[in-house]
Amino acid sequence: MSVISSKAVTLGKAEPKRRQNRLLMTLRGVFSHRLGMIGGTVIVFLVICALLASVIAPYSPFTINYTAILKPPSLEYWFGTDELGRDILSRILYGSQASLQVMAMSIAGALVIGSAVGLVAGYLGGWVDEVIMRVVDGLLSFPAIVLALAIVAALGPSLTNAIIAIAVVNVPDFARLVRGQVVAIRRYEYVQAAKAIGMSPARLMWRHVWPSVRGSVIIYSTLKAAQAIITESALSFLGLGVQPPWPTWGSMLSTAMRYGDSWWMSVFPGLAIFLTVLALNLLGDALRDVLDATTN
Amino acid sequence: MLKMLILRIIQSIPVLVIVGAVVFSIAVALPGDPSLIILGENAPEVERQRIRLELGLDRPVLVQFGDWMFKAVQGDIGKSYKTGEPVVSVLAARIPVTLQLAFLSMLFAVVVGVPLGMIAAIKRNSWVDAVVSVLSVSALAMPFFWVGILLIMLFTLKLRLLPPFGYVPFSEDPVQNLRFMIMPVLTLGSAYVALVARQTRAAMVQVLSSDYIRTARAKGASELRVVTVHGFRNALVAIVTVIGLQFAGMMGGAVVTETVFQLPGLGRMITNAIFDRDYGLMQGGVLVVVLGVIIVNLLTDMAYWLLDPRIQR
Repeated sequence: MSVISSKAVTLGKAEPKRRQNRLLMTLRGVFSHRLGMIGGTVIVFLVICALLASVIAPYSPFTINYTAILKPPSLEYWFGTDELGRDILSRILYGSQASLQVMAMSIAGALVIGSAVGLVAGYLGGWVDEVIMRVVDGLLSFPAIVLALAIVAALGPSLTNAIIAIAVVNVPDFARLVRGQVVAIRRYEYVQAAKAIGMSPARLMWRHVWPSVRGSVIIYSTLKAAQAIITESALSFLGLGVQPPWPTWGSMLSTAMRYGDSWWMSVFPGLAIFLTVLALNLLGDALRDVLDATTN
Repeated sequence: MLKMLILRIIQSIPVLVIVGAVVFSIAVALPGDPSLIILGENAPEVERQRIRLELGLDRPVLVQFGDWMFKAVQGDIGKSYKTGEPVVSVLAARIPVTLQLAFLSMLFAVVVGVPLGMIAAIKRNSWVDAVVSVLSVSALAMPFFWVGILLIMLFTLKLRLLPPFGYVPFSEDPVQNLRFMIMPVLTLGSAYVALVARQTRAAMVQVLSSDYIRTARAKGASELRVVTVHGFRNALVAIVTVIGLQFAGMMGGAVVTETVFQLPGLGRMITNAIFDRDYGLMQGGVLVVVLGVIIVNLLTDMAYWLLDPRIQR
């Protein structure tokens, strides 16, 4: 008994270095993956734009200018102006803050809660698993945008509530993914061994089960983040996201619908959504290729 | 077969109860007193009390939920707060629009996506394959409402070919109905073309490398026969899966698409009901959409059994 536990301790000490190597390998893999590299670069660029919006935006996104209404793209206004003479480029830059914030916080929330629920359901099994998974099945029958709409309707439209709604919508997806993997891992000998030496369930899940699940959760969150961008912009498009005058890509498109002749009003905000989602999807696919290769 | 079907239906009962609980609790959590929404802001207290009693809002929440579920099972999902019409009859007018949109979009996705995926699989790693994969990656990154706006800009404002918004029932004027449906179907279908093409390619690549395909070629079957009869038949299960699994997403896409093109379907009804605070109607709409998703999932399982004899046992 004491021999085994001292061995477990030494193994535990070796852990940080191995983890670092794995991270390094993953990063190296993504760098050498051409499409993943493009996706990653676009995301980094977007994050920088969002953080520095107030510095790099050529105009204020709020200031109404009646002398420059519906101006097409020019050297003065790169992406043109909207129906109130506001600069579209500046509004897209500021709009990226809302999109990225909602995306990052809702996915982080869904990841933490969903993974925890999935770990518990998969590890405990039995009726706990049965009850949790039926609830998950029920929630998964809702189209994401419909559930998000209903939640936002109940809480009221705002940035925080958009985050909550999109997080709630994604929790069952993460729960199902993690639960499936845990059920498979639970039977492995090293998990059984750790259980046999009396490791507490919480510690066992964190030290022995979670590391094997982590990779797929990371891949999945990248792909889910892409969908979160679309859901957020759909909510703002329908008028139930972040409220005006604060610019969002979705609400800019909803206004643009009324000014079809001013093509720049709909083309540029749409491109912003398109490129962000595309970049996240490419990054997710690259991560899958790389992490699959390292685990195999 | 029948036994499996019954088993699957029994299995979906707890899911239905949970769906009911979620839909019901959303309505309970919604802001605003229903009696004020029905009667207006300046309603006298006596009248409001009468409405509350009529809706049974004075009872404990659990009793209300039980009563609501009991009635829902019998097909009574309440009245519209705004018009007083039974929700069921409002829904009856809206469902065909959304069903037509979903059906035509699926049809479009299969008719375009399956051949694209098959060509990509047969000519693997050629330029055709590359073009198909670039197109599908791009289509999957475009939000529905953006595609819709771009289509309106192209077909209505630039080419002046199609009417932008509106709807005529198919039974009244089939030609005009289809003209109104072209852009919504292209909008909702584009992403599914990409999904179906991707899935078809993956399934066909796998199937075409299997032993029985080599056997079919060896015995001298024509390439066309090998691909369509031997290959495609076996790739069909994977293709049906993606269509079935994506139905929930398609219903979500319909909400946005119907709003862009002002189609009087379920999705637009739900968003309008939210803005009108007509929660009775919203509840009913969401319930029907989710019910549709559950039924399609059931049908997908049935399709497996029909397509793949190995699953039947």
